[in-house]
Amino acid sequence: MDDTTFLLALSGMLFALGLVGVIVRRNLLVTLMFLELMLNGVILSLVVFTQLLGAEAGAVLVLLVFVVAAAEIAIAVPILLLLVRAGHTLDPGAYAGLKG
Amino acid sequence: MNGLLTLLVLLPLAGFLVNGLFGRRLGPAFVNIVGVGLPLAAFAVAVWAWRILEAGGGEPLIETVFTWALVGEHVFEVSFYLDRLSAVMALIVTGVGALIHIYSIGYMKGDESYARYFAYLNLFLFFMLLLVLGRSLLVLFVGWEGVGLASYLLIGFWFQDVDKARAGRKAFITNRVGDAGFLLGMFLIFTTVGTLEMDQINQAFAGGLIPVGIATAAGILLFIGATGKSAQIPLHVWLPDAMAGPTPVSALIHAATMVTAGIYLVARMSGVYLEAPAASTLIAVIGLLTAFLAATIALVQTDIKKVLAYSTISQLGFMFLALGVGAYAVAVFHLFTHAFFKAALFLGAGSVIHALNGEQDIRRMGGLAHRIPWTSGTFLVATAAIAGLPPLAGFFSKDEILWFALASGQGGSFWFWLLGSVTAFLTALYMFRLYWLVFLGRSRMAPEVAAHVHESPWPMTSVLVVLALFSVVAGWFALPQYLAPLLPAPDLRFAWPILHWGLIVFAVLVAVAGLVAAGVLYGDGGRRAEAIERRFARLYRVLAGKYFVDEIYERLLQRPWRWISDRVFLRLGDRILLDGSLHGLAALARRGAGVLVRIETGSLHWYAWMILLGLVAVLIWVWRYV
Amino acid sequence: MSEALALNLLLFLPVIGGVLLLALPERRADLVRGLAMVVLLAQLALAAWLYLRFQAGVPGLQFETRLPWIPAWGVHYHIALDGLNLLLVLLTAFLGPLVVAGAFTSITKDVKLFHGMVMFIQFTMLGTFLAQDLFLFYVFWEAMLIPMFLMIGIWGGERRIYATLKFFLYTAFGSILMLAAIIYLAHTVLSADGTPSFAFADLYELGLGVQVQTLLLAAFALSFAIKVPMVPLHTWLPDAHVEAPTAGSVILAGVLLKMGTYGFLKLGFPLFPDAALLATPLIMTLAVISIIYGAGLALVQDDIKKIIAYSSVSHLGYVMLGLVTYNLLGVQGAIIQMVSHGLVAGGLFLMVGMIYERCHSRDLADYGGLAKLLPAYSVFFMILTLAAIGLPTTSGFTGEFLVLLGAFHAAWPQFEQGVSYPLVLASLAVLGIVLGALYMLRLARRLLFGEARAPVAGLRDLSLREMGILGVLVVAVFYIGLFPNDFLQKTEQAAMEYQERILAVRDGEVER
Repeated sequence: MDDTTFLLALSGMLFALGLVGVIVRRNLLVTLMFLELMLNGVILSLVVFTQLLGAEAGAVLVLLVFVVAAAEIAIAVPILLLLVRAGHTLDPGAYAGLKG
Repeated sequence: MNGLLTLLVLLPLAGFLVNGLFGRRLGPAFVNIVGVGLPLAAFAVAVWAWRILEAGGGEPLIETVFTWALVGEHVFEVSFYLDRLSAVMALIVTGVGALIHIYSIGYMKGDESYARYFAYLNLFLFFMLLLVLGRSLLVLFVGWEGVGLASYLLIGFWFQDVDKARAGRKAFITNRVGDAGFLLGMFLIFTTVGTLEMDQINQAFAGGLIPVGIATAAGILLFIGATGKSAQIPLHVWLPDAMAGPTPVSALIHAATMVTAGIYLVARMSGVYLEAPAASTLIAVIGLLTAFLAATIALVQTDIKKVLAYSTISQLGFMFLALGVGAYAVAVFHLFTHAFFKAALFLGAGSVIHALNGEQDIRRMGGLAHRIPWTSGTFLVATAAIAGLPPLAGFFSKDEILWFALASGQGGSFWFWLLGSVTAFLTALYMFRLYWLVFLGRSRMAPEVAAHVHESPWPMTSVLVVLALFSVVAGWFALPQYLAPLLPAPDLRFAWPILHWGLIVFAVLVAVAGLVAAGVLYGDGGRRAEAIERRFARLYRVLAGKYFVDEIYERLLQRPWRWISDRVFLRLGDRILLDGSLHGLAALARRGAGVLVRIETGSLHWYAWMILLGLVAVLIWVWRYV
Repeated sequence: MSEALALNLLLFLPVIGGVLLLALPERRADLVRGLAMVVLLAQLALAAWLYLRFQAGVPGLQFETRLPWIPAWGVHYHIALDGLNLLLVLLTAFLGPLVVAGAFTSITKDVKLFHGMVMFIQFTMLGTFLAQDLFLFYVFWEAMLIPMFLMIGIWGGERRIYATLKFFLYTAFGSILMLAAIIYLAHTVLSADGTPSFAFADLYELGLGVQVQTLLLAAFALSFAIKVPMVPLHTWLPDAHVEAPTAGSVILAGVLLKMGTYGFLKLGFPLFPDAALLATPLIMTLAVISIIYGAGLALVQDDIKKIIAYSSVSHLGYVMLGLVTYNLLGVQGAIIQMVSHGLVAGGLFLMVGMIYERCHSRDLADYGGLAKLLPAYSVFFMILTLAAIGLPTTSGFTGEFLVLLGAFHAAWPQFEQGVSYPLVLASLAVLGIVLGALYMLRLARRLLFGEARAPVAGLRDLSLREMGILGVLVVAVFYIGLFPNDFLQKTEQAAMEYQERILAVRDGEVER
């Protein structure tokens, strides 16, 4: 298989791995990490297509996603921290306050 | 002389405003000057206007004051109209009215709402003058409802007594039912004739342009209004209860003036009734029936004012009988004489009540003739007048009615005359019964009452004398001839003078028979009468119960309406059906929401799965359809 | 100052006043009230001046302002006076200062917010009456709900949340259907340059088919009928009135209910004349039912405010009856009755508020013989009662008389060809005057006459402020009762146009 196909398959696998991890794992922190994995899979595929099609917009998009991911982590982790400080557990099942 | 009629109408209104706003503060003397002076001034103006009328040969005086409303081509003006008929009415209203105001100075002395009383009385006078001087049915109606208001306020004058307040309300509501009929009649006339000015309406009907059916319908509808105001069957029930008001009020409003408004209305609209024989017959029948039945009730009443109240209803019935057979001028004649002797009777009753410190039950009176001579004497004169003894006033007017009841070519019949004569007999009977039980025989008064019996003060007795005097001479004014150009006498079925004289003699005999019968039955303090009452106990109870009309109305009208309003409208309609369906919808929304909310589990995991599923669904959809 | 400018000033004065209000300190309630009074009195002066400058007999709109607002949709800021809204604008401006004056002693918490709400309501109500563009109309119509909702919800009685939610949801439901109809209309109208238009003038000339008209009229009518309120859509009114603070009740009864009848008069019927003619028997029936049903319900209540609330249902039945007579008598009568009811019901609610302030009870059983305890109060109460009954010389008589005469007049031609259902209805409506007297006099007797009884001892009679408010109202009531002609002349032209628009269809002058 050539490089393009291999890289796209890799990005797809990264995404799928991340998705599975988000759904299966019962640990909030780990869920976040797998979420990052999904994002990285998307970024990889973006890079591949940019190189393939020569569209500068793709590069911009990559940088955009990087920044958004970083911002998201910067906000999500403190939220998680505060949540866990109150709830004393990383198990998502313990947090059902938004029920109903 | 422009503005004279307007002045006439406004004088009592000024009295109402001044006494109403300032009377309490300025004291009884001031109230007297304003409250009595202005009606007297009004009487003077009325006389003046009448003289101008006569100087012009009876040509009606018309004053247009302003345009009330202009709607498209329809004009509604406020104008006044003085012809011989309204002149007679205006003179009665202001004349007798002024006298009763004077009487009230004595009767209401010391009452804590002295100023309010005179204010209301003046207000009544204002509206009554509007009624009789109005040129259009609209102005008449304003006066019509206005006197109803004044009556309501005056009947319930001592409003702290719940029963008195209730009586006022009953009068107003009963009148209102009549007014609804009146309004419909007015609308009908307006729609078919195009105007509400009464003189023009009469002309239109006389010209034969309006179909008989319309005339009949309008006549009946207006008459419904008249039955309300003039206390005829079936809307007569308010008048006896109206006796709750101060006695001068009963004299003025419920004897001499307001209740005569219905007579005036029919007489004024004679143009319509001449074209509507069916309506006229209805009027005659109801009038006669009312006269008879009221007389039977009067026979067994024990409250002095109630006897007079039923007597008034009965006499009004006579007037309607005359109207119903086309003898309009004669009806007005009886209205005229009746005003004097009925007012005298009521005021005399007031004098008696005053003398006995509030006693109104005739079973606790008796032997008063010597102790209150002025009251007794005037009362006797008035009683004789109403009984129809010649040459007093009632004889002339009542006799004319009976004659036309028999001989009128417009509906006269033997049966009318017969029942009318029986009623005349009863009239004499119950009136002399009243006189005997109150003034003659042994005293049946409570001892404390008997000790303080005293003649009334001069404002009261002088008025009694004046009225008694008029009760004697009023019949000598040839009123029917005076009004003939306006209200011609009906053609006669048979014009044998000897029949007429025979009838007159018969009528006198009837009156005397009543007098004698009264003496026999009640002369010994009523023992013989009581024996008869025991023999016919059931009949007695029906009469004393006034034929239970009030009770029937309560059962058939008031209770069902209240029941419907409460059970059907409020509980079933508003609460169960309307609000119920609303609340049902709300409950439905809440239940639906309750089901849908189960998606919100609060579990992150669940949300993630849902997102995934949704994403997959969207992707498939895009794949398939886009 | 030009009249058009004055009209805009009239509309926006409350907004300016409201903003200024917010700048005042909360604890200086007296300043807040004073400013509100000044602003509303100025508004009244403007309204009176505009009324005097209004010319009778001139067709079309007067004192117009038309500025493009959302050109892409054909929406304009278009306000003007015509015979139909003239008296209602005057009524709104007249009641404004009375409402504030009446609330001097009864509203003590959140005074700033309250007066701000009053200003806001004045603004939205006037806007609804003055708007000549359908979009603008709808905006104002909906906007009125917010301050009313807050007024009842914050300063109201015990069940205020229920009452205000009911009021809001009921009214909003109707309005949503109306919105759908409005959007449809806008798309159908093409003005001269091919863009959609919301202007009334364009909408009148539409020429839609009967089926479409019927659906659209139904949508509009639902919204208006809820507001009037017509039976069977009236159940929000008693709750809203009972729970609202006095000022809210006065505004509600005095002006808000007229928005429904105005909607029919200005929009509902003239926009869809064919459908209106078809719907006339139904509306007439509902009107007469409202008259009788309202009167019956008023008779069996023990809460004074509920009695007056149901009397409003009854009185506005007369207005609706007058509107569908399509003759000048009925329509002019309906317009006068609108104004009369606003004054009389507003006055009665003010009086209930006065007694409630003293005794904190609205239960009729708690009162009696007030004529002895509060003589001045009783005089005014009696006068307003008589006006409600329609006693001649009061404004109530003018309205009822013209409406009933108009109804009879309209029903008569059909009678000549056989039995006439409208005539039966007209006769039943006349019966309404008896029923009206029944419940009002019951109220008067229980409240004023009989043995003196009150929940609180040592009652004060009316203060000078209270007498001033009621005095002004009573004078207005008698003025309209005795000299209505000046008002009638000014509204006649617009009433004629309304009549012609609808009858033109019936008499075949316009092809549909």
